[in-house]
Amino acid sequence: MDIMLILCIAFAIVFVLLAPFVGAIISGIDRKVTAKMQGRVGPKILQPIYDVLKLLGKESATVNPAQDFFVLLYLIFVVIAGIIFFSGLDFLLCVLIITLASLFLIIAAYSSRSPFAELGAQREILQVMCYEPMILIMAVGLFMANGAFNIYDLFNAQLPIIVYLPLIFIGFIFVLTIKVRKSPFDISMSHHAHQELVRGVTTEISGRSLAYIEISHWYETVLFLGWVAMFFIFCNPLVSAILCVASVIVVYFLEILIDNNFARVKWQSMLKYSWIVALLFGGVNILVLMVL
Amino acid sequence: MSGTKKSPWIIHYDGSSCNGCDIEVLAALTPLYDAERFGVINTGNPKHADIFVVTGAINEQNKNVVKQIYDQMLEPKIVVACGACACGGGVYRECYNVSGGVDQVIPVDAYVSGCAIKPESLFDAIVAGVEILEQKRQALKKSNKAKPNISTKDKA
Ligand code: SF4
Repeated sequence: MDIMLILCIAFAIVFVLLAPFVGAIISGIDRKVTAKMQGRVGPKILQPIYDVLKLLGKESATVNPAQDFFVLLYLIFVVIAGIIFFSGLDFLLCVLIITLASLFLIIAAYSSRSPFAELGAQREILQVMCYEPMILIMAVGLFMANGAFNIYDLFNAQLPIIVYLPLIFIGFIFVLTIKVRKSPFDISMSHHAHQELVRGVTTEISGRSLAYIEISHWYETVLFLGWVAMFFIFCNPLVSAILCVASVIVVYFLEILIDNNFARVKWQSMLKYSWIVALLFGGVNILVLMVL
Repeated sequence: MSGTKKSPWIIHYDGSSCNGCDIEVLAALTPLYDAERFGVINTGNPKHADIFVVTGAINEQNKNVVKQIYDQMLEPKIVVACGACACGGGVYRECYNVSGGVDQVIPVDAYVSGCAIKPESLFDAIVAGVEILEQKRQALKKSNKAKPNISTKDKA
């Protein structure tokens, strides 16, 4: 148990220190691949880091102090959710805390009383409601396949949980598009040069606070890709490591492909499709597991 | 280390113009010229932008709009006037409601010549502009209270 504890703490520290860099590089590669898909040269791989450094050097001007505080809370809670996940603790708690983080972002947007930010915040709430059922079903599936909500129990499993939860995995990939804010579901706050509602949730957030949001986004990307990798962990460390890395690369490439091939949808369609997918894929998978 | 030079985000406003320069600015953002390789992002939100790209002349109606956008941008920021109209009124100079170039209402840091401008010359202005941006950032760092007042005017 002592070794477990040390391992947990070690993983948590590695996550806090390394995740922003990994997230930034992933986001840089994302922009480069996107540019290539559009027949452009594209920015440098380190572009997201330059952007954040620039934002940190901007004049500080805020709409109100509460907004900065909530943005900071957003960053802190995203990091806490990541720590919980990567130190192998409770997945359910991780899900709850990441939702709490998005609530702080929503409150930050509302606090500015700007019409664009407010519309963005409303859409962000809809996004949370769209992905939440599927994520909850995923947590239930994890419990049924794994016998516990704890991530570290996966390392003792004979088979990776993807074997039991193939449909839930597909459903999760569907809502992942909402979570990583990719087209067609980037309705509350879009990336790079795709404009929507000026900048949605972040319209009134600028300078240092905007930099914090970017950094939180790097942490989030790493966390969500961790969720993807979770499906491929089992008792054989080498094989699971290979499977995890491969799955993360394939899934993220798929997200970029989807991002570049679909136009933004209305929130009504987003709600409809995400709930249908959650009920269909998640529900059928859970039912099959219950029968078996 | 700072990313100011490598990540100029722009906001584009088209004043009283024939729309020729407007379309050339958009051309600069298309895959053919690909402004994003210099880190340029077209933000559409003054609070996120570093470079204010103005095309077209200033008239009585858009005076306040241009001022508003400029005031909402955070320091360090620069203004690039694109085309003959934005530089000094161009073909509309003598019109009854035109006050002249962008520098009539806000300080301009770089002037791009041409009627219409070429995307290449806009890039030149932005590359020259980021140097001014960097100077302004350092000035801002030194005197964190007072707004820096650098009157470097680059002809691009
Ligand atoms: S400078 Fe020439 S091309 Fe550009 S807006 Fe004025 S008239 Fe049109």
